[in-house]
Amino acid sequence: MSAANAILGRPWIWSFLGAGVVWLAAIAFTGGYGGGGMLTAALSLAVFMVVVGVGQMFVITLGPGNVDLSLPANIGLASAVAMKTMAGDDRLVVLGLAAALLSGLAVGVANYLLIWALRIPPIIATMSASFIIQSVDISYGRGLQIKPPPGFADFANIQLLGIPLLAILTALFAWGAHVALHRTVWGRSVTAIGQNIHAARLAGIKVEPARFATYALCGMLGGLNGALLAGYFRGANVDIGNEYLLASIAVVVIGGTSVSGGKANLPGVWGAALFLVLLLTMLNTFGVSAGVRLVATGLIIVAVITAAGGEREAR
Amino acid sequence: MTAPAAPAAWSAGGTDVRRALRAALPALSLALVVAAIAWLNPRAISYFGFTLMLNLAIPIALATMAQMFVIAGNDLDLSIGPFVGFVCCVSATWLRDEPWLGALTLVGCIAIYAALGALIYWRNLPSIVVTLGMSFVWQGLAILLLPKPGGKAPVWLQAAMGVKPPFAPFPILAAALIAAVGWYGLMRTSYGAILRGAGGNALAIRRAGWSLLNAKASLFALAGLFGVLSGMALVGITTSADANIGNGYTLLSIAGVILGGGEFVGGKVSPIGAVLGALTMAMAASPLLTFMRIPPDWQVAANGAILIIVLAARVLISRSEAQP
Amino acid sequence: MASGGSLVEFKGVEKSYGAVRALDGVDFSILERECVGVVGHNGAGKSTLMHVLNGGVRPDAGRLVVAGEEQRAYSSARAKALGLRCVFQELSLCPNLTVAENARVFHPSIRGFGWRRRAGRLILDKLDEIFPGHGVGPGDLVQDLSIGRRQMVEIARAFTVSDAPARLVILDEPTSSLDVRTASQLLAHVRRSVEAGIGCALISHILAEVLETCDRIVVMRDGKIVAADAARNFDRKKLVAAMGGVASETATSSAGLQRGRREEAPVQVRMRPKRQTDGQELIAREGEIVGLAGLAGHGQTDLLLAAFAAASRPRAGAPVAGPVALVAGDRQSDGVFPQWSVSRNIGVRSLKRLRAGPLISPRLERALAESWRQRIKIRTPDVDNPILSLSGGNQQKALFARALASDARIVLMDDPMRGVDYGTKLEVYDLVRAEAAAGRTFLWYTTETEELKNCDRAYVFRDGAIVAELAQGELTEERVIHSSFAEVA
Repeated sequence: MSAANAILGRPWIWSFLGAGVVWLAAIAFTGGYGGGGMLTAALSLAVFMVVVGVGQMFVITLGPGNVDLSLPANIGLASAVAMKTMAGDDRLVVLGLAAALLSGLAVGVANYLLIWALRIPPIIATMSASFIIQSVDISYGRGLQIKPPPGFADFANIQLLGIPLLAILTALFAWGAHVALHRTVWGRSVTAIGQNIHAARLAGIKVEPARFATYALCGMLGGLNGALLAGYFRGANVDIGNEYLLASIAVVVIGGTSVSGGKANLPGVWGAALFLVLLLTMLNTFGVSAGVRLVATGLIIVAVITAAGGEREAR
Repeated sequence: MTAPAAPAAWSAGGTDVRRALRAALPALSLALVVAAIAWLNPRAISYFGFTLMLNLAIPIALATMAQMFVIAGNDLDLSIGPFVGFVCCVSATWLRDEPWLGALTLVGCIAIYAALGALIYWRNLPSIVVTLGMSFVWQGLAILLLPKPGGKAPVWLQAAMGVKPPFAPFPILAAALIAAVGWYGLMRTSYGAILRGAGGNALAIRRAGWSLLNAKASLFALAGLFGVLSGMALVGITTSADANIGNGYTLLSIAGVILGGGEFVGGKVSPIGAVLGALTMAMAASPLLTFMRIPPDWQVAANGAILIIVLAARVLISRSEAQP
Repeated sequence: MASGGSLVEFKGVEKSYGAVRALDGVDFSILERECVGVVGHNGAGKSTLMHVLNGGVRPDAGRLVVAGEEQRAYSSARAKALGLRCVFQELSLCPNLTVAENARVFHPSIRGFGWRRRAGRLILDKLDEIFPGHGVGPGDLVQDLSIGRRQMVEIARAFTVSDAPARLVILDEPTSSLDVRTASQLLAHVRRSVEAGIGCALISHILAEVLETCDRIVVMRDGKIVAADAARNFDRKKLVAAMGGVASETATSSAGLQRGRREEAPVQVRMRPKRQTDGQELIAREGEIVGLAGLAGHGQTDLLLAAFAAASRPRAGAPVAGPVALVAGDRQSDGVFPQWSVSRNIGVRSLKRLRAGPLISPRLERALAESWRQRIKIRTPDVDNPILSLSGGNQQKALFARALASDARIVLMDDPMRGVDYGTKLEVYDLVRAEAAAGRTFLWYTTETEELKNCDRAYVFRDGAIVAELAQGELTEERVIHSSFAEVA
């Protein structure tokens, strides 16, 4: 197999190529101006998509029907929890982060309990949970416009040589998730379950603990994302997570993870996140309105999933 | 030879009771909600009271019917809410100002829904992802059409929704009509049986020579049709439109179908139950909670909670119903 | 029993699935007004023949003449148009529809005003005709019916006629869920229909039924027809002999040539099939290879799955004494992880042991896969290749390696050599015997009686219960077939 084939054969390459194409189109439009700044901004924003994208990726890899629709509400709540706990005090940053993680974890565990104990399909369970979480968030975060502690907000915005620190950390995190996916018992269990849950049971995989861990992790990552978003945008609010539902699923799908489960693609999540963010940036550069952005994002999702197709015919 | 099958009594009395309980669950839930309202605020139980409370029941019932068709085919439509919103916006602008353009658009929307169904079947796509993507498309189109709330519903639509029949509140009559149409179409016609069968055992339907592609496209087209009707009804009531007006309808419609005894797989849905479920959700979604003095912040949660409670109740009933 | 014109005529039909010759040059015919019985042991080719007949399977070679015309583009739609109806074991009713609606599904011409009444009338009349006293109403939801009633509906539906006539009805084990009375009602109806002009092909493992109902009987074995004659020229003994069994009048002797030393070995598995009424248990001791035999689908897999489930709940005096692994027979649905490499497929049952620290070590995993590749001779240049790049037999070897590489002391085998080439089989047999000698216990369900020669003992299953225990010396095909087809008391 030639080198070119070896490179192009990897599915995640396409998302990076797509990102590259979009970036070129954008700077072509601006006449080459601001290309670097665009990349920096894109990296910053992509971070948030990657964090939840990874969580959603693991959930989707569990197999058809598994998806976490409670992410936006989870993020909103976690942002409020984090900010309230930090209370504008730099010394409480770690505590605030921990609180956000716990809040997300609670959401993940609640989702799993609904799915496992009440045998509610994950879509419905997470959707219903999201409404409840939304209410919790509204009443909890009512009124005060909570600002993050200045140190934390700055940290979320630091750049090293034009590359956001958060992006570097997230790249490391993605690499860690990649290792977890391929080299932990849990990661193998998830991909086995997604390929064939019956065969996984017969092969001795502990299915329910693996599913529990996956939903819990996705919840925690949502919590983390909420805290980081609040820091970056210097404030928490209920709607801060709204665009991350479609974004989390989009980066998973566009990045090459199979929606029928069993095949996860971690580098693709980064590539797809960059692609999406740059696409939105490009649309902004062209001066399109919010409506066009929404339509474009939606159509791209439909196009990508159509091109990828559904389950294999076998079985 | 195998063990002899029990001759005549193929269901113990206990199973019958539980099955009857499950079938009656939609009506019971509705009765429960009405009773609660009657207890909290007796004056609400009147012609005027019902008309007011069930104000939004008609669009909700229509959207629930739309969702029911999709669920009958083992899929889920996560875009029905934004779609209803988009139809509202079209109705409040084009349908009023340029009726032929508006009508063409709405018919085109139904065609798009049918095409989506065909696409989902042809490429074996997960309906969650496709409809989630479409939800953003409809949302975006609605925003493009009406960036700010506005528009005005066509006069004839307002008049239709403002009818005041003498004996029973209009929403109740309309709901009964919707239930009747849905019931007849899906449960009584010969092709309706095929559509449901496609959800129950697609392979058997295909082996018998029917086209599953047509079945899927038909189910989605019906969803599109009822979605359009829902949006038109909604704008007839609210008289003006806004791009986000329909967003809650996704969960409401799913909850209505489930409350009405529908199941996510197996092609087991009930049109009458779905309408009853929609009425229950319509009353529980706002009026009941207001009477219960639940703060508006928590009313959103109540919708989610209701769905969970109903599903939990069903699981408990079927666990006790499980074969020995 | 007058016969009419030819309904079906097959000449030289062949069908292979990979290395397996399911049909090896079959000449088969059915005349009008004739009921043909098809009998045979596992793997004889009966089901494949029926699927070719109803258009579901395209043969690799051979000539199909149906209703007097040669069929070149035969399909199930064409078969239906020509008047062929079939009732297979997988029920094809929609559980969420009523009986009448299911009848309508089958007859597209019933529509328009009053369709429900007409469809209901159609199916009810047929049910009354075939199964008087059936207790089924046209408005009953299929999901509410017992399995026996469902089968009645399915059978009755196959005989219903709306526009095109039914000319041939194929029945594959139609009485499997029916009780004695209902089964005899069905067979009586088959005779009546045949006399009225409809042809019938009947597959059944209940020889008494076949002898009583059919005009002609065809015995299949290893993809060929080995005997065919008028039913009156056959009796049970002759049928069993033709299938490869010898009817023995001597009682099954369980004091056989047991390997003496195994008597003292600790019991590893002690299970009783759910349907067992006489207290007989399946016992396997350490180091034994215990076979599960009998006709396919008679409870063997259920027992293996029950043993697998029992092992995950360890307790004192448990039915299963140690960790188990299962080698699946249906690789696609129960075994192979299609996205993974050979190496990962092998290692998946041993993940905990492949760790170096908290993470799985790729080196250890690869080494494990490599060692088993050599030991079990999996033919692949590289264990990191995708599993689907392997041939079927080698994929099966990988599944074996997965089980044997694990810490399992007891290995359950669910007919894993089905469809695997002979050379691979021999290699695997050697390995199983070696592992047993080293102390592992094997429960081996196989549908090929030849394989039982590798076992120390075997239990023959029928209708979900053990009907015979055969000692080593008795593990002949003849004895197994005899027990499988033994007369019900």
